[in-house]
Amino acid sequence: MRATDVVRRAFSNAFRSKLRTGLTVLAIVIGAFTLSLTNGIGAGISSYIASTLAGIGVDDVMTVTRTVEREQGSGPVEYDPNQIASTTGPPAGTPGAGSMVALTQDDLDALAATDGVLRVQGATAVTLDYVQHDDGTPYQLALSQFVPGMEVELAAGDQVDLDAAEPEIVLPSTYLDALGFADAQDAVGSTVTLALTDATGAQVTAETVVVGVAEPGLISATGAVPNTALVDALHALQRVGAPAGQDEVYASASVWFDADAGEDATTALQDRLTDDGYTAVTLDDQLGTITSVIDTIVLVLNGFAIIALVAASIGIINTLFMAVQERTREVGLMKAMGLSSARVFALFSVEAVVIGLLGSVLGVLAAVGVGQVVSSALADTILSELPGLTLIVFEPVTVATVVLGVMAIAFLAGTLPALRAARQDPISSLRYE
Amino acid sequence: MTSTPLISVRDLRKTYGSGSTAFDALRGIDLDIAEGESLAIVGKSGSGKSTLMHLLALLDRPTSGTITLEGEETSRLGEKSLNRTRNQKFGFVFQQFFLTPSASVLDNVTLPLAIAGVPARERARRGMAALDQLGIADKAGNKANDLSGGQKQRVVISRALINQPRVIFADEPTGNLDSATGSTVEGILFDLNRRHGITLVVVTHDEDLAARCDRSVFVRDGLIVPRHDEEVAA
Repeated sequence: MRATDVVRRAFSNAFRSKLRTGLTVLAIVIGAFTLSLTNGIGAGISSYIASTLAGIGVDDVMTVTRTVEREQGSGPVEYDPNQIASTTGPPAGTPGAGSMVALTQDDLDALAATDGVLRVQGATAVTLDYVQHDDGTPYQLALSQFVPGMEVELAAGDQVDLDAAEPEIVLPSTYLDALGFADAQDAVGSTVTLALTDATGAQVTAETVVVGVAEPGLISATGAVPNTALVDALHALQRVGAPAGQDEVYASASVWFDADAGEDATTALQDRLTDDGYTAVTLDDQLGTITSVIDTIVLVLNGFAIIALVAASIGIINTLFMAVQERTREVGLMKAMGLSSARVFALFSVEAVVIGLLGSVLGVLAAVGVGQVVSSALADTILSELPGLTLIVFEPVTVATVVLGVMAIAFLAGTLPALRAARQDPISSLRYE
Repeated sequence: MTSTPLISVRDLRKTYGSGSTAFDALRGIDLDIAEGESLAIVGKSGSGKSTLMHLLALLDRPTSGTITLEGEETSRLGEKSLNRTRNQKFGFVFQQFFLTPSASVLDNVTLPLAIAGVPARERARRGMAALDQLGIADKAGNKANDLSGGQKQRVVISRALINQPRVIFADEPTGNLDSATGSTVEGILFDLNRRHGITLVVVTHDEDLAARCDRSVFVRDGLIVPRHDEEVAA
């Protein structure tokens, strides 16, 4: 018998007992549906985090600060003249945020000399007093530290051009109303005034062009993103009147390392920096907890879906055993007419695969349909604060894996009944009543 | 009989089970079947006639003894060759029709060709020709279940014919039919035997059917016996 005939026959055999096959398919649909949906949620959240990651920084940079010795409950802490209040330091949640010891040029040199460090850049600390547009009400604004390679989710406009000679800034969208802009598009191209206090205590202002408006992110900093020209200009203003010879200080430093060298190399570098009295935090460290919690939840949900699929595969075994029983004489006849045992096995196992294919395709389609309805419903309601988050994402590879995986499970489930059919003796099968 | 017999059987024995439960179904059968003859294997139920037919049709292997088909000793054939031999050289007509009820008449008839791997188009062509030969071409699209007993047996004969076999094995071919339909079906089988030279091996307990064959052998307790013995026993 030709392979195409085997498949065709298996297809039509699968539908001989429509109700029975239908119920078995339904069981698989439930499993495949759950598996697709949990994977979809995992993929949706992961891709959102990945895009947010690009907003916070790049994955080959770690933020390095001086380790602050704080022995809890051991009495007064000695004053450190280099201690500064940080408003522009590492993102909130990083240990030591709020108050930290500044890094000097010596620190940067030491960091650069550390084995495994490719490049060091001090984060210039600029503290703004306010931002103002068109002589309106001034509002407080923090500047985010911007690392080359990082991207923020934009509502309008472009990313800042780090190499541009003119100062540029990307404003958070939450400032639009307050500063008197109609919408994000309105803000792009306009000029805002930034004010800061210089070393003499006088308040000075600088003008800058808004090139883009950032979407509020889940994790990314809420500050405005400046380009290098703006930071340099503001920093120059801030240092007016500072005593000559006072060393330049940095709140933190960005250290570039070889991300491709693997996790062990990164950890070793962090250990070396710790030994030298620095605290080094990579992006993965900052997000590790969140992603591992999400991964665990998805894993647990997938576990449940797979249990459902295992139960469904027992349904396949049951269905096919009944089919083999029903078709005992037919199988006997076909074997008498010269059909090989291997082909009999193929007939029944392909029938199992057909049931698996049907169930998984229907399950995946249902999941995609439900996923889209739920995603768009949530995006307009409880997730409207998180633009850019598609809760459920169906990746073709995942969908294909689910379908193929279910077919493989179905095949395995079908082997038992198919073997029984293949081993049938034609004579006793023909006598079977 | 001048030429080599089509099927030649020597000292054929078949034992089912082993030890104290062993049952000797055949206890030493010698039989030659010539090409183109019609042979009736007659016996009561339990005589071993069905076992003999199953062995002749290569559906089962004997415990001992030889079956030679066209000069070839069949015990040496592997599973694959046996399957191919049954598919290409034999046709089967059973008392219970063994039709797939939900499949079309044409699909039922062309099953041996599907098993042989013949392309679908040619299957349909040859299937229609076989149905036409038995005068039921108009039923080709019907479900096998919707036919009468006589029509079903015609479908079964078409199926047995479709691969142009050398031998048709018929196991109580008229057992499930009323006498009028039964004699029509008998007529078809003997017509195929005479006009197309297909060897016919009929297993039956029906003396009248046996009488229409060229030759009859009587089986009792696993042995071929002379006719009068059978009558004495009956």
